[in-house]
Amino acid sequence: MAFYIFLFLSAIAVFCGLMTILSRNPIHSALYLIGCFFAIAGHYMLLNAEFLAIVHIIVYAGAIMVLFLFTVMLMNLNEESENHKPALSKIAAVVAAGLLGFVLIAALLRADTTAVPQLPEGNIGQIKTLGKVLLKEYLFPFEFASILLLVAMIGAVLLAKKEKPVDKLAGDVN
Amino acid sequence: MHLSVFNTVPIQYYLLISTVLFCIGVFGVLFRRNAIIMFMSIELMLNAVNLLLVAFSTFHNDANGQVFVFFIMAVAAAEVAVGLAILVTIFRNVHSVDIDELKQLKH
Repeated sequence: MAFYIFLFLSAIAVFCGLMTILSRNPIHSALYLIGCFFAIAGHYMLLNAEFLAIVHIIVYAGAIMVLFLFTVMLMNLNEESENHKPALSKIAAVVAAGLLGFVLIAALLRADTTAVPQLPEGNIGQIKTLGKVLLKEYLFPFEFASILLLVAMIGAVLLAKKEKPVDKLAGDVN
Repeated sequence: MHLSVFNTVPIQYYLLISTVLFCIGVFGVLFRRNAIIMFMSIELMLNAVNLLLVAFSTFHNDANGQVFVFFIMAVAAAEVAVGLAILVTIFRNVHSVDIDELKQLKH
């Protein structure tokens, strides 16, 4: 049963990932990417990481994709706005990605995963366990993450702010 | 005691699906010229890595992997906010998000 769920979720994730790249319309790309994120959240559920699945949906499908959709709508991009790339660079992209996949799969599938001792079963995906690890062992990086988010927020506001016209005190440089 | 997914799905399958998703992301960055789609491809790559981290975290029954995924999510959120702000600024100046238009530094 779990195997079929795995296959189903993987098929959705790969299909939506491919359609994200191949869609002409950026809005369709964003919607397909949301489908891919939900499939990955299903994978997390399957792996007994319930809390992470919920956080994944909230952060990615809820926050990040809304940001993407807002930006796409703000720019009013349509399908005709993108020029065609030269065929040579498209072929090069396909070959490069295919070769990278080939090398990674060839290297990873030979990895010996049985050598690692498997620990007894536990509920590490629960919020109780994760919170203890996060606030005991990773307290310092946790605080730094909050500073990072604050700086990112200030930076985003500063970057996206409309530049004011040069005032008279700054001299007539322009 | 609950049933582990690894009784029926080998860990190699998770390696495979993560690699495929990562390569789709790499393919998107190389294939498209729209900067927003390239950002989405980067998100796809980050998610492929997250999926593998969670899979091995469950496989080894070690919570550290899932805590790492939290940090990756925080960094991805910060990255997207700043990146999209830069894109909006670029769009305001160049009126396009095509990366081939951004050649001012070349000459």
